[in-house]
Amino acid sequence: MRDTNEMELKFDSCAENEGFARVAVAAFMTQLNPTVEEVSDVKTAVSEAVTNAIIHGYENEIRKIIIRCRIVGKELQIEVEDQGKGIADVAQAMEPMFTTRPELDRSGMGFAFMEAFMDDLRVDSEPGVGTVVKMSKRIGKGRELWTTQSL
Amino acid sequence: MDYHVEENCLTIFLPGEVDHCSAETIRKEADEVIRKKHIRYVIFDFADTKFMDSSGIGVIMGRYRTLRLLGGEVWAVHANERMKKILNMSGVAKIIRLCEEE
Repeated sequence: MRDTNEMELKFDSCAENEGFARVAVAAFMTQLNPTVEEVSDVKTAVSEAVTNAIIHGYENEIRKIIIRCRIVGKELQIEVEDQGKGIADVAQAMEPMFTTRPELDRSGMGFAFMEAFMDDLRVDSEPGVGTVVKMSKRIGKGRELWTTQSL
Repeated sequence: MDYHVEENCLTIFLPGEVDHCSAETIRKEADEVIRKKHIRYVIFDFADTKFMDSSGIGVIMGRYRTLRLLGGEVWAVHANERMKKILNMSGVAKIIRLCEEE
């Protein structure tokens, strides 16, 4: 059996598509037989990345967001790309509680949530060019023991 | 936004999914009610909520800031395990009151 699979999604950067984006990624990952917890983790991380693209990348202008998903063995890799404003100081943006938009009641927890819920997070960004958030998570870490037991 | 006002207490019945999209509506409508009805206590009811991201945390923190200046408090009720995890991770659980029942 093939152990890789890919999908790509391109959609308008409007708030209504946040729900669509995380549900689409959740549907794609079901082939890894994830737990409810793992699906919730990925949905939260995708939601954070897409929200960042909409609010900060495009500053609410309607343009395109691209999500690329790839399954390699038991690992789910996700890229969320925008061609927006970009981030001048990625390290600062990733600090918990740091936000450039406190007036919008942004908590500054977006990257902290992505980091907490995924195994790996990398952010490539260039001002004026755009941002790509790359994250990955190994699915089924905690279940090996149970599933290999004979009943 | 579904809500209920009793004296100076506002209960907000959060939707199934609290993300940037739904959080914007809650934020605007809650602030209007808080101002017009002289609210001092806000209860976020999570009974129907299965998903929340950091946008929801922003809404809770923002209301907490407003109410603290007015001498009020923020509560969270009916939060499931996932919601409790999100509230704890973000540190919001330390500044608001979490309780199982109203």
